[in-house]
Amino acid sequence: MSTVITEPTHEALRGGVAKARGLFDREILRQAIRDSFRKMDPRVQIKNPVMFIVLVGSVITFIEAIAHPGIFTWSITVWLVLTVLFANFAEAMAEGRGKAQADTLRKMRSETEARRLRPDGTEELVAAALLIMGDLVVCEANDVIPSDGEIIEGIASVDESAITGESAPVIRESGGDRSAVTGGTKVLSDRIVVRITAERGHTFIDRMISLVEGANRQKTPNEIALTILLAVLTIVFIPVVVTLVPFGNFAGASVSVVILVSLLVCLIPTTIGALLSAIGIAGMDRLVQRNVLAMSGRAVEAAGDVQVLLLDKTGTITLGNRMAANFFPVGGHSEQDLADVAQLASLADETPEGRSVVVLAKEQFGIRERQLGTDHVFVPFTAITRMSGLDIGTRQIRKGAADSVKRWVVESGGTAPADLDAIVERTSRAGSTPLVVADGTDILGVIELKDVVKQGIREKFAEMRLMGIRTVMITGDNPLTAAAIAQEAGVDDFLAEATPEAKMALIKKEQEGGRLVAMTGDGTNDAPALAQADVGVAMNTGTTAAKEAGNMVDLDSNPTKLIDIVEIGKQLLITRGSLTTFSIANDVAKYFAIIPALFAGTYVLRHNRPLEALNIMHLHSAQSAVLSAVIFNALVIIALIPLALRGVKFRPTGSASILRRNVWIYGVGGVIVPFIFIKLIDLILVALHAY
Amino acid sequence: MGFFLTILTLVVALGFTWRYLGSYMAAVFDGRVHFLGFIERPIYRMLGTSPEQEQTWKRYAGALIIFSAVSIAFTYVILRIQGSLPLNPQNQGNVGSALSFNTSVSFVTNTNWQNYGGETTMSYFSQIGALTVQQFVSPAVGIAVAIAMVRGFARRNSATIGNFWVDITRCLFYILLPIAFIAGIIFVGDGAVQTLAGTITFHDALNGVIQTIPRGPIGFMEAIKQLGTNGGGFLDQNSATPFENPTGLTNFLSIFLLLCIPFALTYTFGKMVGSVRHGATLLAAMVILFGVWVGFTANAEHQNNPAVAAAHVYSPVGNMEGKEVRFGDTTTALFGVSSTMTSTGSADASYDSFTPIGGLGLMSGMMLGEIAPGGTGSGLYTMLVYAIIAVFIGGLMIGRTPEYLGKKIQAREIKLAGLAALVMPITVLIVTAVAVSLAVGRAGPENLGPHGFSEILYGLTSQGNNNGSAFGGLTGNTPFYNIIGGIDMLLGRFAIMIPVLAIGGSLAAKNVVPESLGTFRTDNGMFVGLVIGVILIIGGLTFFPAISLGPIVEQLSHLRFF
Repeated sequence: MSTVITEPTHEALRGGVAKARGLFDREILRQAIRDSFRKMDPRVQIKNPVMFIVLVGSVITFIEAIAHPGIFTWSITVWLVLTVLFANFAEAMAEGRGKAQADTLRKMRSETEARRLRPDGTEELVAAALLIMGDLVVCEANDVIPSDGEIIEGIASVDESAITGESAPVIRESGGDRSAVTGGTKVLSDRIVVRITAERGHTFIDRMISLVEGANRQKTPNEIALTILLAVLTIVFIPVVVTLVPFGNFAGASVSVVILVSLLVCLIPTTIGALLSAIGIAGMDRLVQRNVLAMSGRAVEAAGDVQVLLLDKTGTITLGNRMAANFFPVGGHSEQDLADVAQLASLADETPEGRSVVVLAKEQFGIRERQLGTDHVFVPFTAITRMSGLDIGTRQIRKGAADSVKRWVVESGGTAPADLDAIVERTSRAGSTPLVVADGTDILGVIELKDVVKQGIREKFAEMRLMGIRTVMITGDNPLTAAAIAQEAGVDDFLAEATPEAKMALIKKEQEGGRLVAMTGDGTNDAPALAQADVGVAMNTGTTAAKEAGNMVDLDSNPTKLIDIVEIGKQLLITRGSLTTFSIANDVAKYFAIIPALFAGTYVLRHNRPLEALNIMHLHSAQSAVLSAVIFNALVIIALIPLALRGVKFRPTGSASILRRNVWIYGVGGVIVPFIFIKLIDLILVALHAY
Repeated sequence: MGFFLTILTLVVALGFTWRYLGSYMAAVFDGRVHFLGFIERPIYRMLGTSPEQEQTWKRYAGALIIFSAVSIAFTYVILRIQGSLPLNPQNQGNVGSALSFNTSVSFVTNTNWQNYGGETTMSYFSQIGALTVQQFVSPAVGIAVAIAMVRGFARRNSATIGNFWVDITRCLFYILLPIAFIAGIIFVGDGAVQTLAGTITFHDALNGVIQTIPRGPIGFMEAIKQLGTNGGGFLDQNSATPFENPTGLTNFLSIFLLLCIPFALTYTFGKMVGSVRHGATLLAAMVILFGVWVGFTANAEHQNNPAVAAAHVYSPVGNMEGKEVRFGDTTTALFGVSSTMTSTGSADASYDSFTPIGGLGLMSGMMLGEIAPGGTGSGLYTMLVYAIIAVFIGGLMIGRTPEYLGKKIQAREIKLAGLAALVMPITVLIVTAVAVSLAVGRAGPENLGPHGFSEILYGLTSQGNNNGSAFGGLTGNTPFYNIIGGIDMLLGRFAIMIPVLAIGGSLAAKNVVPESLGTFRTDNGMFVGLVIGVILIIGGLTFFPAISLGPIVEQLSHLRFF
């Protein structure tokens, strides 16, 4: 026993990392408010040019307010500061949600002591923090594994609930694809020797912590491009606003600096500028909530662009095992007889296939499962006989591969019924596996073992197709079987008799055609392909090599999740695009609020204010109009925080309908909404006798 | 009725050239047209190049800058020493340095802003050897840039985007010279003056004065003036004089010529990228904007001028002040919009006398960046810049890294497209601000108040967009306006061309993402709407405050300020 500090309680970890929290968890909220003020530091603000301009603007109006105090100037100053605070708040909210998850993770990075093996085979106790790569450590029941590593000796059951949230223990053993262990997980039984593969600070949990905290979050390519576009839309408005001073002078109007600053703040894309980083952090957060760890934001974004999904057949498209689906009697036997004997043959067969035969016989003919008697001798499957069965006294019942059973029957002096071969072949052709059942020298018929396609997967693939994503099934089956399953599951293409090399070649071919490829994998031989794929999702149960090669890890080891990942990637981009559109569309209404106010006194002749005609919202006064626009501009940030954190609603349909929907809601809506709310705020200001 | 017939004929004629001139131009720039090989080859040999020697975007841009710099210098020198050069029957003196600078920049940048009256300033040699030469090569340069950018979309994994020298040579010999020659014959045949014989004088007995009638090699210059979206006329009164634009037919021909290449280039684009539908999509966006602007301006000119109406004087035929009776109110509006929405800037009327809203139609057509259909080449590439921005926003809205014609639009393209889209509004606003702030600038306009502001804004918008049309009323031939206008034109041309070429280079190097159902469609009505939205929002948002102090307040105030 070497755990020094208390282990994490199960309670804290139930549900793994992805402990879902309400959108406005009170604790996170409180912290976010504190952080909003902390982020006012200009050194922080300069990283977001849009909000930095707002901050500079508020300083200008603040100076103006001191020089010429007035309720209007002060109000504008306060609301500009609030605008920056709201932006900080949005970011802090997103970060806070990540931090809450990180804290949970940190609790399990307990200070552990490790039993390091000396070269001579003796053990020594060292702090886990001192382990270096290549060290060998011993873990026995109840030991916490000190760091990430690979089992080189032994087999053990391990409780990985700390990272996956799954309470059932998993088996880890040396060699093969189940050899990786994660630091912080606990050995429940047996003894293993682990070779350390990651040093403190670089372990899986450390990486998870920094990911969910967004500590070294790097901007993704699309985020960079969008930031540039926002900078362009900010830069262009500076001359637009500044040149209004000489233009106004030419018209004989002196232009108020406070109104100019207000105009600039209203025109630059503050809405998206304030929410951009929150959207990015929240996107990662959504992935983590589904127990997927993305090693980079770039991978998440690439997931949205994926055009080809490579999916392993077993476990992703089909349930793990083949199941008995039909009984085909031959040689004049009845189906019921066949089912009866088939069930007998499978009684002692504990494989999933065997169990499924027992269940099918019960379901179709109500044949109850019989108890094995003392005279029942189970004949197990071997690679040589390629059949299994039961001996009841002298009665020999067998089921197995068609040619093996046939040979066995013929050798025992029986003959194969004439219709057997046809049925066997038909079954094979349909992509199923035929099992021939014999009772002594008598062949009764064929059990059809079928790959069972997961429920709902066909619809999922149809959605993918609608989104323009091609699904390719990867299987070791022969082309015939593969084609049948591919057809049933509704995938677009398949790669049969797949070898790691063939898989790699397929990825490269697709990429040369300009497509982005996503795949899942867990084995060491998947590693090159995982590295080559644009989005490589490694299963957490997989080998260290696979996890290192991929750019995401699925803690639940559920390959179907690849589809969710694609949707999250798309949703992230859609949220950014939609809010950008909304932000720009808002400007139209703000112009109609501010321009008449700015130039209300221009070219006035005989009390005729020509530009008053542009005040189509009939705002009360110049000052109330400007203030209303500024208030709207600030409040809209707060109003859109939930949307930024949750993401714009995503429906897996074709691009045209997604675009139409978003253009209507965020483009056209973005033009109309501010007219309504600016008017409303103006009415409220008037009702409050502020003006 | 006559107006609608004009429109109908124009649509048919332009539809025809869109299809056939468009595909012919694609063939020319793909190097599939060779019938003038005997002219091409010696030129390439002389330049030490060949169609096989492709250039990277940087070399392409370098060649363009060198060529344009030499062109400016060459034009400048001719103007400065024209007094000593032949073909000068009127004995015009050397042109002053500031005016020569402005004029040479103006013609090299395809602007054709004229701070001079042609018949009182320029010798025939200058008109032919300096100005008309640039009227041929400057559109060729614009078209070459557009084609180079289109190659960026059409090619994949390519380091090069064509050869500048080859592109302009082919453009000149296969496209501009033949069409201008035929059109020139029609102009001259219909009565446009074409002579080297100098002025004639006669005694006007009625008024008792001696009149000097300027003449010159006008007719053929007229053809390339319109075809190359140049706009700089031989005579001060441009297409309003019968010597340049004698009949309704030549007026129609002018409109047709200045629209035909810019519209047809969208077909060329579609053809070269392998999707005519994409070309048609851009065409649709152009046609819609153009149609709305024509309707808006024609309607405004069909009304009475509010300032005149305020004096209770009503005209039954619309606002005819400053217009030729032979062309009428609406067709003149059509000419004006065609001229300002391309980068032509020629005029068959006084734009200064348009109604404020009609004038706004002309001015705002330029403020949109001249994309519907825009100048020869410049219209297409500016449109593509807006399309890239629209693709980016639209692409994000469907959750994909945006791609246009299979080319991913990433940070570099957005940076360059943003730069190309920013240059014009920022330049125009700043030079206008400088002009209204300085006494030398305020001395320019003829009028006070909003109309005076409009005159300055119009003039600098026109030069910043390489349009060259004048509102009139602005005294431009001062050192201040000559120099600030020259800077305005240079930035408006080359500060856009270079990022555009860089986009071409960046796109050419990319692989093509194959189309799927999830691809953002850039060849349907939705995209047309999106592109128009981006153009209107960017153009509208940047210029709305300025125009509200010019034409808008003028129209709204219904008052006289002059």
